[in-house]
Amino acid sequence: MKTLLLIIIGSALANNVVLSQFLGLCPFLGVSRKIKTAAGMGVAVIFVITVSSLVTAVIYKFVLSNPAVLGGSLVYLNTIVFILIIAALVQLVELVLKKYSPALHKALGVYLPLITTNCAVLGVALNNVADYKDEKASLFIGHSVLTGFCVAVGFTFAILILAGIREKTEGSDIPAPLKGMPITLITAGLMAIAFMGFQGLI
Amino acid sequence: MKQALERLVNGIFKENPTFVLLLGMCPTLAVTTSAINGAGMGLATMAVLVMSNMLISMLRNVIPDKVRMPAYIVIIATFVTIVEFLMKAYAPQSLNDSLGIYIPLIVVNCIIMGRAESYAGKNKVIPSIFDGIGMGLGFTLALTIIGLVRELLGNGSAFGFRFADHAEIFGIYEPMKIFVMAPGAFFILALLTGIRNKLGVGKSKDQAACHDDTCAGCGQYPYCQGHIRQEAKEETAE
Repeated sequence: MKTLLLIIIGSALANNVVLSQFLGLCPFLGVSRKIKTAAGMGVAVIFVITVSSLVTAVIYKFVLSNPAVLGGSLVYLNTIVFILIIAALVQLVELVLKKYSPALHKALGVYLPLITTNCAVLGVALNNVADYKDEKASLFIGHSVLTGFCVAVGFTFAILILAGIREKTEGSDIPAPLKGMPITLITAGLMAIAFMGFQGLI
Repeated sequence: MKQALERLVNGIFKENPTFVLLLGMCPTLAVTTSAINGAGMGLATMAVLVMSNMLISMLRNVIPDKVRMPAYIVIIATFVTIVEFLMKAYAPQSLNDSLGIYIPLIVVNCIIMGRAESYAGKNKVIPSIFDGIGMGLGFTLALTIIGLVRELLGNGSAFGFRFADHAEIFGIYEPMKIFVMAPGAFFILALLTGIRNKLGVGKSKDQAACHDDTCAGCGQYPYCQGHIRQEAKEETAE
């Protein structure tokens, strides 16, 4: 129980994926102008990271590090295998959604293809392997999926807060050179200070 | 020869990936806690960039157009894995510890995919290699400078040399720790892009438009995430 709570708070708040680890900055800065689009991106990221954590964990445990397959010596292929899995998975998710849930596909459609290059997805998969690789299969997969989900929820928190602040400050009187990106980065920096406070929780 | 020199100048100054094009922001913010870390990350990225540019340029007539993205990803991921293991074996332990997960994440650095797509996939081998060297040097230089500024402000040191230990020469300076922590990275980059806007650098380049409102016709379109805003905006307008 204590481990689970630590994973939840640690990956969603204390080590927030964008504000303290700098993963997934492009969508964080690029899609945070309106709360509505930010929420769409957030949901798409939660979906993709959770599914990709599950798939990469299963592949790692049962193929790459499985002694029955080439003596478990394939772990050096982690990066290549994971990025290909993620790229293929995103395409697959898009096809499946299009077929079985057109409404969800319409809502997430534009965001899905762009998530392939989101470094948070690959980052979470690689971090999971580094953190939990010594655990046995069921625990490893469970912890990976939970971490993936919480990291993505943390991302959604951050992007929603930023979008909210940006909507409020849109018409503010800001020095001309600081308009756009720079003021967004300063906002993100102030948010990062606030999120540092969460480190006291773990 | 002239073309090679032109590629170098282009990468370091005219289309500097960090200062002008604003590409590859994740490693730029994450690893620049000191000048040495920044330089290490820049050199690792440069090694991957030069080798992937070379191989992609060699294979440009072999790779079918429809599957070029997956092919590029495999090539880039292969070189990243090689560089990762070389660094684990030969680079100092402290550098490996601080770069950590950001070395395998070079795979998703959009500078590398960007050069493959917009230069190496269309040009001859030698210019592509020099394009990789130029872009890599530009990135290394930018990361080292940002790292140096953060290290100076946040830690009171430069390339690991602590001025506080030599107070009789340099006087007492109280470092602002926040600059080597996560928020400092955002502040420094905000300042940097502010200066860039003030000077008006990169405004005319279509690749640099990613973070502005006009993204159409951008060379980085297929893998850039900036234009999503535009599409989302059009969708809400419908």
